[in-house]
Amino acid sequence: MKTNSISIDGQQITFREGQTIIQAALEAGIYIPYLCYHPDFEAHGSCKVCTVRVNGSHCSACTTFASDGQVVDNHCEDLNSSRRAITQMLFVEGNHLCPSCEKSGDCELQALGYYLKLFGSHFPHLFPHREVDATHPHILLDRDRCIFCELCVRASREVDQKNVFAISGRGIDSELVVNSPSGTLLDSGLDVNDKAAHVCPVGAILIKNQAFQVPIGQRKYDKNRIDDADLIEVKHDHIDS
Amino acid sequence: MTTSTAKINIATTSLAGCFGCHMSLLDIDERIQDLAEVAVFDRSPFTDIKHCNQSDIGLIEGGVCNAENVHVLREFRKQCNILIAVGACAINGGIPALRNNIPLKECLEESYIDGLGVVNPQIPNDPELPLILDKVYPIHEIVKIDYSLPGCPPSADAICAFITDLLAGREPTLPDELIHYD
Repeated sequence: MKTNSISIDGQQITFREGQTIIQAALEAGIYIPYLCYHPDFEAHGSCKVCTVRVNGSHCSACTTFASDGQVVDNHCEDLNSSRRAITQMLFVEGNHLCPSCEKSGDCELQALGYYLKLFGSHFPHLFPHREVDATHPHILLDRDRCIFCELCVRASREVDQKNVFAISGRGIDSELVVNSPSGTLLDSGLDVNDKAAHVCPVGAILIKNQAFQVPIGQRKYDKNRIDDADLIEVKHDHIDS
Repeated sequence: MTTSTAKINIATTSLAGCFGCHMSLLDIDERIQDLAEVAVFDRSPFTDIKHCNQSDIGLIEGGVCNAENVHVLREFRKQCNILIAVGACAINGGIPALRNNIPLKECLEESYIDGLGVVNPQIPNDPELPLILDKVYPIHEIVKIDYSLPGCPPSADAICAFITDLLAGREPTLPDELIHYD
């Protein structure tokens, strides 16, 4: 008999037809760690932080549809250990110096590190050379902190209908580029009210002149672990919609 | 009997750091008396001992920015059973690593030749000065480390929790509220 239910770490939850595993889980109040997933956008499946084991096989929870009777492992040491390694690789691949970043305390990469109890870098740091774009009067683009989640790309394309951002290059040479005659934000058409200007999970795209309106120590993830804070948000979204 | 009363040796140093982590260690306030019951400081800015003796725990603040840092760090690794990277700079280079994207020549010229208010401009080259490295390196890229204690600086409570775990023979960890990278 079809029950539209799956089990995550032994807990039975129901899903609606067409939902991915992460959607069903978050709706049921179960946190699956993620970075490139966002409830408002089509899944991207690139960060691999949401990797779970479904009937014994590794899958991205954001791109795998829930289907009846799936047995999903989520919070177990081997998966969290892989998530920790992925997060460490994201840290060493960019220039993530939290004490000098105004997003500190509101940053999802940082909060994921806290959640996974990531204390050290483990890998050698690449210290890549990446350009800062401060040309826009209201928006700052600091590529040092970009994690290539493409949320800004998706937001600009799907919501703002502007196609301001894209990822250029491949692998370690990837770069967040701006679609404008000068290649900078100044003549890009990006507006401070655009979704793309507000969706960055890290400190790569920042609204200027807001840096320390909320002091360090009193920010979102200073007060809540990412699983708590995000679940609260998901619930709110659900009520709003 | 002898082993139960023998005190733990703790050595500490600041490499390319600001001594903020050491200040945070001192912020454990009166708990330092409990620590003094079971531990003594070996080489440390608190003791001014110049070379590290065989120690149980080594706490390293700061990243590695010059040849002397490398030398000191290797001495600590050789002499300490457990070596801990304390704070953002030891873990990933921290604020000093902001220079890593600027060629060393430009850094030196900006500081000692072209910078505002520079008098008698010249790049220091006294042979007694340790040579500066091309970049500021996290300490785990120079020696093997056993643990990292994040924070800028780690709070006194975090330092206390970590060391308390170690002294009790437990695997050190931090409760959620004490994990910070800033």
